[in-house]
Amino acid sequence: MQIFKNFYEKYINSKKVAPYIFVSPFILVFLVFYLYPIISTVIMSFQEIGFGEAKFIGLANYKKLFNVHYKNALLTSTNYTFWTILILVPLPIILAVFLNSDKTKFTNFFRSSIFMPALTSVIVAGMFFRYAFGEQASTLANSIIGIFGLEPITWLQNYIPAMIALVVLCVWRWLGVNIIYFLSGLQSIPEEIYEAADIDGANSWDKFKYITIPSLKPVIIYVITISVFGGYKMFAESYAYWQTATPNDIGMTIVSYIYQTGFNNFNMGFASAIGITLLLIVLVVNIIQLNIFGLFKKEEQ
Amino acid sequence: MSNSKVQITAIILVLSFFAFFALAPFFFMLISSFKPGDQIIKNGISASIDFDIMSLQNYKTLFTERSGIYLHWYKNSVLITTIQTAVAVFLSSWVGYGLAVYEFKGKNLIFVLVLVLMMVPIEILILPLYKLSITLKIIDSYAGVILPFIVPPVAVFFFRQFAVGLPTELIDAARIDGASEFAIFFKIMMPLMKPAYGAMIILQAMFSWNAFVWPLIVLRSNENFTLPIGLASLITPYGNSYDMLFSGAVISVVPIIILFMFKQNSFISGLTVGGVKG
Repeated sequence: MQIFKNFYEKYINSKKVAPYIFVSPFILVFLVFYLYPIISTVIMSFQEIGFGEAKFIGLANYKKLFNVHYKNALLTSTNYTFWTILILVPLPIILAVFLNSDKTKFTNFFRSSIFMPALTSVIVAGMFFRYAFGEQASTLANSIIGIFGLEPITWLQNYIPAMIALVVLCVWRWLGVNIIYFLSGLQSIPEEIYEAADIDGANSWDKFKYITIPSLKPVIIYVITISVFGGYKMFAESYAYWQTATPNDIGMTIVSYIYQTGFNNFNMGFASAIGITLLLIVLVVNIIQLNIFGLFKKEEQ
Repeated sequence: MSNSKVQITAIILVLSFFAFFALAPFFFMLISSFKPGDQIIKNGISASIDFDIMSLQNYKTLFTERSGIYLHWYKNSVLITTIQTAVAVFLSSWVGYGLAVYEFKGKNLIFVLVLVLMMVPIEILILPLYKLSITLKIIDSYAGVILPFIVPPVAVFFFRQFAVGLPTELIDAARIDGASEFAIFFKIMMPLMKPAYGAMIILQAMFSWNAFVWPLIVLRSNENFTLPIGLASLITPYGNSYDMLFSGAVISVVPIIILFMFKQNSFISGLTVGGVKG
């Protein structure tokens, strides 16, 4: 027993070893559930994997990427990312400014109400919007456009209406979350800056343009970054609307294409090659954002 | 004077519009849950409220349909959420604390890894993770759902940021008193991190409860499904239990909404951690 106790005192409990015991769960998970899968995707992307054993086929899977389905998937993911960012950055900033004003009443009610959709799962929200965007004239979506004198639309069978349905679902679930991000950014702007601007005779618009927006820059970059990841990895929303039966590739995102190729057509090699392209997109965006934040430099100091 | 009153009224109107946009779907979901399911699948969701066709029948089917499969899903969701939240929050506080208070070789590398992995979406890795879970024999099990996510990088980052602010004098004092490094964590630091635990438990519970993509891949048999996977399966050709769809959805959202009503601030402080890093 004494030996064990000495061993513990001398090694495990030392300031030299203890830190590694603290970080070991992370390292273990990283090796098993991140690094190994990433390496095995890279390997699989050069293989043809049927029911027998895997065969090395060089770049053949990557050459197959030049097909119309991949182009459609890439375009859908890019469109979705673009439109969600275009709405989910300016709109929540404006609403956050409204909510942050001490003249506004019922701010807690508004903030909580707009946040509520974030509590739902993609599937629950997706099922609701799937049938709210039904093709009959009586559905919610068609009766709303009916108010403006428009004819009913078969939403989920046409490219642009389907994209609108996807973006609406995303805006519904994320608006409140982004408002919270921007609110916390707004609250860190010192009141004196605004007071000084008042003395200089600045109007509300000037203050918004020259104080609020520049001060929110880090939050804006953060929100755009997570939105790019969120946009390019989008899959569950598409699954809720169409499962894997995307008509004419409508609503088929990069991850849907991976899923269909890998799990419906059992073409793991090609699916891995698609996955690698997505990984590269994510990596590039990641490096850009870490550079903007200057995190590498900061942590070295 | 009147100018600013007009302004305030306009602001309230805009906010009311978006509050309505956010809340209305909950209302229509509730209404739909009382209507016959096949009718909704066929005709979509409409704004009509027709008491003649509305009934509590859909809620009864939750208990009876396919010998109470919904209750199975509910149980799976509750157990998976509980286990995953407990393990993930404990382990990420353990790692985050280690990264915050010690100086050691490789620390910066590990921290950069945490930052990078925070951004790697699991969706990219579904194929190799699926193969791995077959190899590890954890496919179609609770362990399969939980294991890849027992140390979420976001939570590690959150606890690291929180632990950096802990008073190091306490650690030194405890060392002089002869406390071991781990006793310091359990007896002194864990209690000090209580607010961080509160925020992360709630956020992690919400993520686990709503998790979709990975459970969809790893869970194969009906009775092992969690709520989101079960609900999604209802509209596939094999599902065919449309009556359960919206009543099941409503009941699945209720616990999170109740939690939110009581612990709003924890939701918010958990979420904003990434956004306001210095």
